[in-house]
Amino acid sequence: MGVLTGLEDLLRTAAPQVLAAVTRRYGDFDASEEAVQEALLAAAQQWPADGVPDNPRSWLITVASRRRIELLRSDAARRKRELLPPDPLPDVRGDDELTLLVLCCHPALTPVSQVALTLRAVGGLTTAEIARALLVPEPTVGQRISRAKQRIRDSGARFALPGPDELGARLTGVRQVLYLIFNEGHTASSGSRLHRVELTREAIRLARQLHAARPDDGETAGLLALMLLTDARRPARTRPDGGLVPLAEQDRALWDRTAIAEGIEIITKALSSTRIGPFQLQAAIAAIHGEATRPELTDWPQIKDLYALLHALAPSPMVALNRIVAVAMVDGPKVALAALDRAEPALAEHYRVAAVRAHLLEMAGEPEAAREQYRIAARRTLSLPEQRYLESRAARLSN
Amino acid sequence: MKYLILIQSNPRSLEVWERMTDQQRMDFGRDHLKLNAEMEEAGVLVAAEGLADPSLARWVSVRGGETIASDGPYAEVKEHLAGFYLVDCPTVDEAIAWAAKVPDAANTEVEVRPVLDMSGWEF
Repeated sequence: MGVLTGLEDLLRTAAPQVLAAVTRRYGDFDASEEAVQEALLAAAQQWPADGVPDNPRSWLITVASRRRIELLRSDAARRKRELLPPDPLPDVRGDDELTLLVLCCHPALTPVSQVALTLRAVGGLTTAEIARALLVPEPTVGQRISRAKQRIRDSGARFALPGPDELGARLTGVRQVLYLIFNEGHTASSGSRLHRVELTREAIRLARQLHAARPDDGETAGLLALMLLTDARRPARTRPDGGLVPLAEQDRALWDRTAIAEGIEIITKALSSTRIGPFQLQAAIAAIHGEATRPELTDWPQIKDLYALLHALAPSPMVALNRIVAVAMVDGPKVALAALDRAEPALAEHYRVAAVRAHLLEMAGEPEAAREQYRIAARRTLSLPEQRYLESRAARLSN
Repeated sequence: MKYLILIQSNPRSLEVWERMTDQQRMDFGRDHLKLNAEMEEAGVLVAAEGLADPSLARWVSVRGGETIASDGPYAEVKEHLAGFYLVDCPTVDEAIAWAAKVPDAANTEVEVRPVLDMSGWEF
């Protein structure tokens, strides 16, 4: 997969539009999705040899429609076909992508199913590509997709945008799914990294679409800005050998300044014009990091305030811990250690408690105790690069 | 998140096996196949295998660039890995629910181990 070629880009952009058009004409999202997937595969095979047709989208709609009719035929649903109006080409409408996104992130589905179905039906990825990116076998992904479609059918959901009252809540779900896809790719540090990075790019592309469809939605703007600002640091956050580089030690010349500028612009506009929410706050924090060309220029007091706000609005262990790190940068490690002791009962099992305590103890000039905490954290993490990083921090304190 | 469900063979599990009737042994095997299919259907199965007897194991080492494959350490081992399920599911609770369906869990116990992944957060 690696670099998205012009052809892949074309197919992925067309995929949701074609699927929307075919679903609107024939109904039955499940079979239409199958037909479109086959049309995309046919295009991927034929176009490189035969050349791209003059109107790629019409070509795809025609091939998918034909396939869809064949499926109906074999379906014993022939009578239904005969009731269809004669053959004008299905059209494409403005809200198609949004309607599809909302359908694929239907609340009746599990998150893993939402991710797989969104990547295929809206993102236009093949089952094989999704499997490579998610590091699971292809049949497993295929199964998740068909279960998702089954659930949608059982729920009676139709291909139509919900009313304005319901749409707000559904968009919250859509944003969560896109952020999940982003993080799957973003946290990958090596190994099958290429395929995982693809997920990051795909999540940003879908967030852009969502932002374009709902430009006044502050949290969608916040999500897109957060993705851009976080992804901008990717070139600096891992060493070539896959080792993690902490924020304070990253070579900031490697940060993607264009992405940072775009992210800052989007979040600044959103913060000044819409109601505040968790994605906007996280984006604002990422923007402050992005603005600091050297670590010592970071505006920690502002980050501390933003985390306090985020903690009030959407508390989570990660937010609590990041807030304590900000406290350490503003008020010193001793104050932060006391805050960590107070917060710990609520964080009990979280493996990063030990990692944060280790950093704070190191800052406080207690290498022995810090080393012990780094080792505890290294044993508790579920990530190999984190384990290596934490072990090397411990080893550094031994010398 | 991937979890490995490990099934060990040990004196306790052998004892249960010895007491089983042919029919019970057939059912036991069929329940494994059924679980396999159920995991596949749920979209969580990554891999599952049962292992051949440890007497067929070969021990491989490389010394000075030379590969040596031998039959032993011959010491009598009381416990060995008999099979595994590798599942991909979001939480350890789900992995535990799958482990509870492994037929061996009703006789002795099975072990659930999280698999390290290549993700990593910024510190």
